[in-house]
This record gives sequence, C-alpha cells and structure tokens, in this order.
Amino acid sequence: MTPSSNRPTYYEELRQKGYSRRDFMKFCTTIAAYMGLQASGAAQVAEALKSNSRVPVIWMHFQECTCCSESFIRSSHPIVADVILDKISLDYTETLMAASGHQAEAAMHKTMEEFPGEYVLCVEGSVPVYEDGVYCCIGGRSAADILQETAAGAKAIIAWGSCACNGCVQAAKPNPTGATPIHKLVKGKPIIKVPGCPPIGEVMAGVLVHLVTFGRVPELDRIGRPKAFYSKRVHDTCYRRPFYDAGLFVESFDDENAQKGYCLYKVGCRGPMTYNACGVTKWNNGTSFPIQSGHGCIGCSEENFWDNGPFYRRITNFPGFGIESNADKIGGVVAGVTAAGIAAHAIGTNLRKKKLIDDLIAEGKESDKELS
Amino acid sequence: MSNRIVVDPVTRIEGHLRIEAEIQDGKLVDAYSSGTMVRLIERILQGRDPRDAWAFVGRVCGVCTTVHSLASCRSVEDALGIVIPPNAEIVRNLMYCAQYMHDHVVHFYHLHALDWVDVVNALQADPKATSELAQSISNWPKSSPGYFSDLQKRVKGFVESGQLGIFTNGYWGHPAYKLPPEVNLIGLAHYLEALEWQKEMVKVHAIFGGKNPHPNYLVGGMACSIGLDDVSVINAERLAYIGRLFEEGKRFVEQVYIPDLLAIASFYKDWAAIGGGLGNYLVYGDLPTNGYNDPSSFLIPSGAILNKDISTVYDVDLREDAQVQEFISRSWYEYSEGDKAGLHPWKGETNVKYTGPKPPYEHLNVEEKYSYLKTPRWKGNAMEVGPLARMLVGYARGREDFKEVVDSALAKLDVPVTALFSTLGRTAARGLETQLIANWAMDFYDQLLTNIRNGDTRMADTSKFNPERWEASAQGVGHTEAPRGALAHWCVIKDQKLENYQLVVPTTWNASPRDPEGNPSAYESSLMDNTPIADPEQPLEILRTVHSFDPCLACAVHLYDEDGKQVNRVKVL
Repeated sequence: MTPSSNRPTYYEELRQKGYSRRDFMKFCTTIAAYMGLQASGAAQVAEALKSNSRVPVIWMHFQECTCCSESFIRSSHPIVADVILDKISLDYTETLMAASGHQAEAAMHKTMEEFPGEYVLCVEGSVPVYEDGVYCCIGGRSAADILQETAAGAKAIIAWGSCACNGCVQAAKPNPTGATPIHKLVKGKPIIKVPGCPPIGEVMAGVLVHLVTFGRVPELDRIGRPKAFYSKRVHDTCYRRPFYDAGLFVESFDDENAQKGYCLYKVGCRGPMTYNACGVTKWNNGTSFPIQSGHGCIGCSEENFWDNGPFYRRITNFPGFGIESNADKIGGVVAGVTAAGIAAHAIGTNLRKKKLIDDLIAEGKESDKELS
Repeated sequence: MSNRIVVDPVTRIEGHLRIEAEIQDGKLVDAYSSGTMVRLIERILQGRDPRDAWAFVGRVCGVCTTVHSLASCRSVEDALGIVIPPNAEIVRNLMYCAQYMHDHVVHFYHLHALDWVDVVNALQADPKATSELAQSISNWPKSSPGYFSDLQKRVKGFVESGQLGIFTNGYWGHPAYKLPPEVNLIGLAHYLEALEWQKEMVKVHAIFGGKNPHPNYLVGGMACSIGLDDVSVINAERLAYIGRLFEEGKRFVEQVYIPDLLAIASFYKDWAAIGGGLGNYLVYGDLPTNGYNDPSSFLIPSGAILNKDISTVYDVDLREDAQVQEFISRSWYEYSEGDKAGLHPWKGETNVKYTGPKPPYEHLNVEEKYSYLKTPRWKGNAMEVGPLARMLVGYARGREDFKEVVDSALAKLDVPVTALFSTLGRTAARGLETQLIANWAMDFYDQLLTNIRNGDTRMADTSKFNPERWEASAQGVGHTEAPRGALAHWCVIKDQKLENYQLVVPTTWNASPRDPEGNPSAYESSLMDNTPIADPEQPLEILRTVHSFDPCLACAVHLYDEDGKQVNRVKVL
C-alpha cells in the first residue's frame, strides 16, 4: 500500500482518537497474537500500522442474505471493531452506507478511480449467470457485469462466506439461477476464500486486519482459505471429542446422553468433515458454537454442504469411515452398562481407538490434498 | 413538469431494492418498488427432508435471522402433529425477543438514523450543552461533556482525513434535516454505542442456538438440552448469562433507544402527516404463553384492520383458501391460469419468467411487469405488515400493555392517535414494541427458571422425529411475527419429503408491485401519500419512508414451483 501524505496513518488516527501509545502497542500485540505471530511480530505490526493509511474497501452484495455483513459487525475485540469500522475506509457497502442510488455508485467509482490497484474488493454473495445475469441487478446492471468492473482494479479480493466461495444455498441442486462462486468468474487476482454461513465475525476481522496491516494476502491453503482459520477439522478441535473417542453418543435429541453433553456424531454432526475455527475461536466472542449448544455441526464452511444431507443422517463417508461400526457397537453397549462399567469401557476404548484416531488424522490430511 | 427519478441501489436495507418515482411540483406523485434479485430457495427445497427445511430457509435472510427457521419448524410440526415441550417454546420465545431487540435497535441506529441525523452537523455541537440535553432525557451514564467532546474530536479527525467511508456522499446539509447539532451528536454517539451493544444482545442466540447469525433450530423443540449437573450444556452459568444479557439489553432499550427515538421524533412531527399509505394492517400474532396451538395465549394478538378503522379487528385464518392469495400480474412470473389469478400458497404455482429490459438498463417498464416480488393480498386487500400493524392491532384489541406504551408516547410527543398512520408512526411503533418485548423477555426468563426449579427440563419431543412414524402425506402452516411483519411458511410433505414449500414474507406484503386491479402495495402507497421532495437529486424523503418499513428484500424475493418445472436457462459460461 502506498502511504499517502494527506491521509493520516493508523497510528496517527488512534492517537487523535485518544488512544495512548501503550494502547497502540497492546493492540498490535493482540493483532500479532491473533495472526499467530511470535512476540517480535508485535513490532512488525506496529511498524506496518504506523506507515499505512486507511485502505479503501469496496464491499459488494450479490446473491446473499447479508449474514456475512451481520457476522462481521459482531466481531468483538474492541479496538479491532473501531479500527475495522473506522480504519479501513469502507467506501461502498449497501448495508451501512449513508448514500443511496447514484450517490452510492459515485462513491464506488471515485474509489476505483483514485485507488486503482490499492483497494480491496470484498464480495458477499454468489453471481447468477443464467439468462444474461438478470437474476441479480443493481442500478440496472447485472451482478456479473459489476463484479468484472470492480475486480479489475482491486489489489485483492476477499470472497466472504459460502455464497462467494462456493455458491451456498442458492447453488444447491438444482441451482436454478446458475449461482456461481467468485473464483470461477474472476481470473488473475488474488482471492481469499473465507467460507462459512456465515464465517465467524472474528475470523472475518482477522483476515481483513492481516490484509490491511501487512498489505499482503495471508497464507492460504490449497483451495484458497487462510490457513490460520481453516486448517483444522471441527472434529479435531471439539471439546466433545473425548466422548467420541470413548464411544459415548447422543442417540436422539434431548435424551439422557444429550443432557450430559455427549458426542453428536450419531445425530448427524458434520464436525469430522468440516474445516473451520468453530471449536477454537467459537462464535460471538467465544460464547458458544453449534456443538456446544447441542446441535451437530452442519458443515456450513464446506463446499456442497447443502447437498450432503439430510443433516440428521449420520455421515459415513468421512475420513476414518472404518470407525463407524465401532461407534454403533460401543453406543449400544454403553446404553446398558453401569457407571463403573462405562468408565472402564471408556478407558479401554480410548486405548483401542488411539490407533484409529491416528489413522483418521492421517487420512484427513490425505483428503485435504484431494480437495485441491 | 414531471421528473422520473430512480433510486437504485436503495442502501441501508437488506437486499436489492429499486424505487422509480415521478416527481411533480416538489411532490412525489407516482412510485414503483422493484426487487431485483432472486435465488429460488423454495424450488431448491423440493424433495428434501422436512426436518432440514429450517436450515435452508434460515438462509433466506441473515438480518432477520432465526425468524424463517422458527416459522419453518412450526410449519413442519403443524404438518406432523408435533407439540413441543413448554421449555422449548420459552427458549424460542427468548431467542425471538433477543432478535427483536437486536434487530430494531440496529435498524433505528444503523439503517434508519442517518435519514434524520446529520452526521457532519454534529461537529457544530457544544459538548456541554449536549451533555446537559442527554442527561435531561436519560440516566444513561455515558453522557459527560468530556465524552461528547472526545467523540466530536474523533469525528472531526475522521471528516478531515478526507476518507469518509460509509458516510461518503450522504445528503449532509439537506434542508430536510431538522435536528439541532447537539441532538445530532447524541445520535452519532449512540450510533457507535449501538454498534458495540448489538453484538452482545445476540449472544442469547449463541447460547441456545450455537451461533449468530443463523443459529440452529430443531423440529420437535430445541437442541440445547438442559443439564444442571454438566458443564457442557445449558446449566446455571449459561442461564445466568442469559439473564444478564436481557437485563443489559432492556437497559439499553429504555435508556438509549427510547429516549433518542422520542427526542428525534419531537423535531419531525411533520412526518406524522406523511407516508401513511394503505391504512390496512395485518398481524398473524406470536409469543405464545400457553403453547403455539393456543393463539389466545399470544402476547402479540393476531388480526386485521381496514381503512384505519381501529374500532373493528377482523380474524385471520391462514388455512382458508380465500384469505391469503398471491398475484403475479406485475411480477416476473407466469401462472397456468393466466396473469389475473390469485392463488392460496398451498396451491401456489410459479414459473419465473423475466420480461424486463436486458441489463444494463435505465428504466424498468413499470406499465407491465417490474419486480421479482409477487403481490400478496388478504381477502383482496393490500395490507401493511410490521411494527405499526402490531401496535395498532394490540391497541385495537384493548391490550393494556399496548395501550400503555402507545398512549404514553403519544402524550410525550403531544400528537393524536391518528399520527400513528404515518412514516413517523411506523418508526415510533418499532421502538414501542421493543419496549414491550424487553419486558416480556424477563417474564419468559423467569418462567424458564421456574420450570426447571419444578423439575421440568424437557427441551424436545422426538417421538415423531423418525420419518417412518409420519403419515404418507401431510400439510402444515407455521407463522410468526418477524421484526418486519407477518410471516408464514406453508409446507406439503409426501412420502417423507417436501413436495412443496412456500413462504409469504413481510417485505413481500409491503414492497410488492401492483395487483391485477392496479392497486399499489404498502411502499408505493405510502410514498404517494403526501411525500415532499425538496431536491430530486437528493431524495432523502424517499429513503425516510422506505426505511420506515425496514426493507428486507432477500426475504421478499423467492419462488416455488410445485410441478418441478425447469426455469428457462441460458448458460453463459
């Protein structure tokens, strides 16, 4: 990003807002930790924020439900919320901007003209391509047309949510409008995929902070997702995982086992095939995540998750499928044994399963390769 | 001389809305409202497991999150004859209350306030006078001169940076802005505070439904089991968390939202004579206190009012063929019986057929079809749905709590009850019902604790969760009152799968195009009701009235196709 002399830097603006240098350094440390950097990373962040001014952002809405924008404003770390909402220059977003109609479009065009190659394009929603794009028009123009125009001068593109990353619900069979993800329509630009329906607010903020702070794209996995947030399966980070390993399962919703917080695999949990940060970062400032609140993961950050249902049928095609027969058998046994028996059984199961789990993780890595 | 203006995109809403309007002698004389995006989710639902429908339709909207999932569960439970346990009803009510409090506050500050509050003018305010004013209208602690002075400096720095971000190209300085600088500064301060606050309120959804937006629901109850002896389910700590969230939410509503609403409204009383529109109001009712199947126990009563006559409230029946019908004579669809027909949703048929101009286009052909929204009618009448409809029906039904908040607000503003039939009335009604909801939430919370204390911890009835226990065919309707108005889902289940699934949503009622008789729906009618336009280049007045409905276009645009016909498709790629 080119610093511009008449625009104040982050640091200058924070000072103007009354934050002390100490606050600023604390913020940098938080951001560094957030991005998984070493302690020395804080200084790097501080340096970057001192020299860069606000990065212009154009945020487009196509075929979507605005859950991504809603999730974004749920991001909870106080200074981050201030910085993200004030410190990027959010020059176009239909959800929040004051101007409507041609004044709104003028704001967008001004940014495109003044900051070619500098602005970040965020895309929320998929693009319908059937019927010349008539299924989504803004200002009399098709979404497909607007995407090409705004992408041309963008430094990088963030594809927010499952809609922009893989089409989401409107692309579920039979995909009647031809809902298409961004990476299939835009070529030759760095695209950061942040899938989820929606993505976690703090993850969205984290990705943006990385981009504007360092002026470069965070490290991505083979299919374009930031590694920091999408390299672990929900299953492998789930606090209920020990119940799975011990063969203790919820058999039906709100049964005795559900009231004890057992594993939700048998009622359809997609944790074993879903890569997301839910088990670690959790939702709404770490308040909870779907499994913690008793419902299985529906796999909302995975491609085609809508067509991988029904949601309440247990999955049998995830890596480590061999474990399935065990899960059944163990579940049946547990229902009929005493508490002492369960404990003894659980320990035994754990030992027996250790090998299986190792295999499972190995297979998970294999399947990750296949995804690319 | 008449002047055609186009507002597209209409911002600070959910979805894609376009308004075309004719201006004559400084007045808006004709208006056309068009939804310009469609996803066809109902069509995608055909053939799927009815128990999954809540998740699909939940994605109809991430702003009105939860309400479609709720209506969906009720619709499927209605079809399958499932009665959910009392605790599940209460948990759904609590999530509903949290949604209202969140959604209405966000609408007021982040989607609507900039129509009334001039951000740039707030720089002229005297912080000391602002502080005195703030303290005279509320006990809210963040009100010192220093607080407002710091905020003002921050905004000044922001404006001077030259990068105005979301405030770029606003209609600042427009003659229709009437607030003194001090009120503008208070409004701006609370815009930012509400942004911080809103992410707290929805934690109720995270606790019961695992996340927000799009928390999880369950046909038969809720998935969040209660286990007082376990750390990982709903226990005393989680319940205490819920209690705190509602207490703090209620405080914000009472000490920030309501005082601001009344203070701002007092400068815009002229808007009590603008934007009234139809005068017909429709409410399905919600918030059961004795189970969803006992409508007499609803805290929000159902009913219909015609021609602003609040002496008579008509009963509403969603199952009756001739009550709710949808028309497509001005929408980009076709019916097998022709364009004049109106169909009850259980018999609905739809084929999308776009006949509008090929993009890019300057104008829609408003004399023919011009929207992806269908046009619903109740017994043939165009109806307004939403907070104003609910407050009027509750008031007309003689509910004491409704009368109390309405009469108190009218007295404070010194306006007659007829002032409610307006743009200002719509915006005020939204705040007043938030007050009611915040109180009711505390009652539901207490009831949940009482039930648990008495030993009832049931959260779901799964006796019919297994599809093998279902009848071969069934149909159901589930309704709710979404923040934006009356919402219902109709489902037809055959051989354990969804054969048909249909939604008629609030913004479809309000924002739809004209019916076969040429009668406008609520947006168009309200815009044509006495709306001045000071500057056609800056149609701030249009935004005020349209925003007073809290538009949600992703909800409003949908289609279904019971015959499973393919829509025409031309592959571009």
